[in-house]
Amino acid sequence: MSAASPLLISAAPRHTRLVRVTHWLTVIAFFALLITGAEIVISHPRFYWGETGNVNMQPLFSLHIPSSRDTVPTGYRYVMPDQNGWSRSLHFQAAWLAVLTGLVYVVFIFFTGHLRKNLLPAPRHRNWRAFRIVIARYLRRAPPGDAEAHSYNVMQRIAYLAVIFVLFPLIIWTGLALSPAFDSAFPWAVNVLGGRQSARTLHFFVSGLLVLFLVVHVTMIFLAGFWSRMRAMITGRAALPPEKL
Amino acid sequence: MTNISRRKLITTGLAATAGIGGLAVASRLARRYGLIPPDNGGVYGPGETMTYAVQKLLTRHSMAREFPRNMISKAPFANAVAPPNDQFKRLQANAFSHWRLSVDGLVARPGSFSISDLKSLPFRSQITEVVCEEGWSYVAEWIGTPLHEFLNQVGILPQARYVAYFSLDKDWWDSIDWADAHHPQTLLTWGMNDGDLPVGFGGPLRMRVPRQLGYKSVKYINRLTVTDSLKSIGKGLGSPEPEFGYSWYAGI
Repeated sequence: MSAASPLLISAAPRHTRLVRVTHWLTVIAFFALLITGAEIVISHPRFYWGETGNVNMQPLFSLHIPSSRDTVPTGYRYVMPDQNGWSRSLHFQAAWLAVLTGLVYVVFIFFTGHLRKNLLPAPRHRNWRAFRIVIARYLRRAPPGDAEAHSYNVMQRIAYLAVIFVLFPLIIWTGLALSPAFDSAFPWAVNVLGGRQSARTLHFFVSGLLVLFLVVHVTMIFLAGFWSRMRAMITGRAALPPEKL
Repeated sequence: MTNISRRKLITTGLAATAGIGGLAVASRLARRYGLIPPDNGGVYGPGETMTYAVQKLLTRHSMAREFPRNMISKAPFANAVAPPNDQFKRLQANAFSHWRLSVDGLVARPGSFSISDLKSLPFRSQITEVVCEEGWSYVAEWIGTPLHEFLNQVGILPQARYVAYFSLDKDWWDSIDWADAHHPQTLLTWGMNDGDLPVGFGGPLRMRVPRQLGYKSVKYINRLTVTDSLKSIGKGLGSPEPEFGYSWYAGI
């Protein structure tokens, strides 16, 4: 396999096949959810806190954009095209894709040791000094160390763990809390969030945090070398300078 | 290399066979237990079917949240849907005393019922939230005849599986499965917040299905059909919503 490949490609895979497949499935699901989520928000770009909220009530905040429904006072004289129909269907179907992909991924990382080896910070990196070193290196724009050719640095690990075990569970939970049927079976799921409108507002905020992660993630990929990182996530092979092979 | 390829081929083949077999069994079981929604086709069919099947199993005995009286919204939002046609205005002029709910299909005693006929049946009052697909909501007290009490009154034939309900507003109708039709909170609603149901909120008669989004709670109901299949009603998708991309099952 390695013999046929160009010299610059290392033999050891940077990303296993399961990581690559689940990564790209998540990318597809994420963009579908993001676009359709934005379309759904446009039909009522006002956010509330508590159980109930509607145009007769004071919002917590409003987005200063036109709405796709003429019942919402926005200050704009026109109504945007209504895209809720397909947006809702695609949102829920993409949510299934994201949740099932996430389940496969989480089971995989627990059973293969990927979590322990590549995601949980190594014991010697569980201190502020390890973070400072990585941050200093980022700020100096210094090239990544050898270890990073095959695994993640401590900052990456913390960011990925936060997305996998905090933001994704939160976005799923706050999303499910918006389902009247799910709430009938598990009323605490919405009650502990402070009510239905609080759940909707939190769903919006968590999606904002996920977009923030996406922006930083893609920026870092550009800084680290777009094509080498893309090749690593598509073919699994990392590109290394010849002397490192 | 060839060894690995052969092994891979065999495992992939076995996995694919198991997968297809599993899907076939799952779909047979799903059909048998009524876990397939009428809008199961098309690009979004898989998502609709997954959601409906899972939530139907999760919500078999669940009740929509009910709220204390002090949580009733001071300013509920009526949404700008009103049937301004002449037929409705004539009925309104007579305080809806000539309003009739007709029932047909798989029932022992088809007929038509006035609002006061409905009020003579056992009624239920509940404080639940109306949840619009746009994102807004309000809480109100809803008073009405549980649909199952009404169905018992007209007598249901054993092959019945769905109840379709029609608005006086011509193109507006919907349907629910047997579990929702027999759910104690599914109300033929004629009262709201201690008074008659206002026209803006669907008066004189509105279906309330509180475990699903607001659009299932069709306003100005004047006809019910009990049926074993939704194929022959409209485009056969259970309601007009799927034609516009919306789910028939709106538990989300």
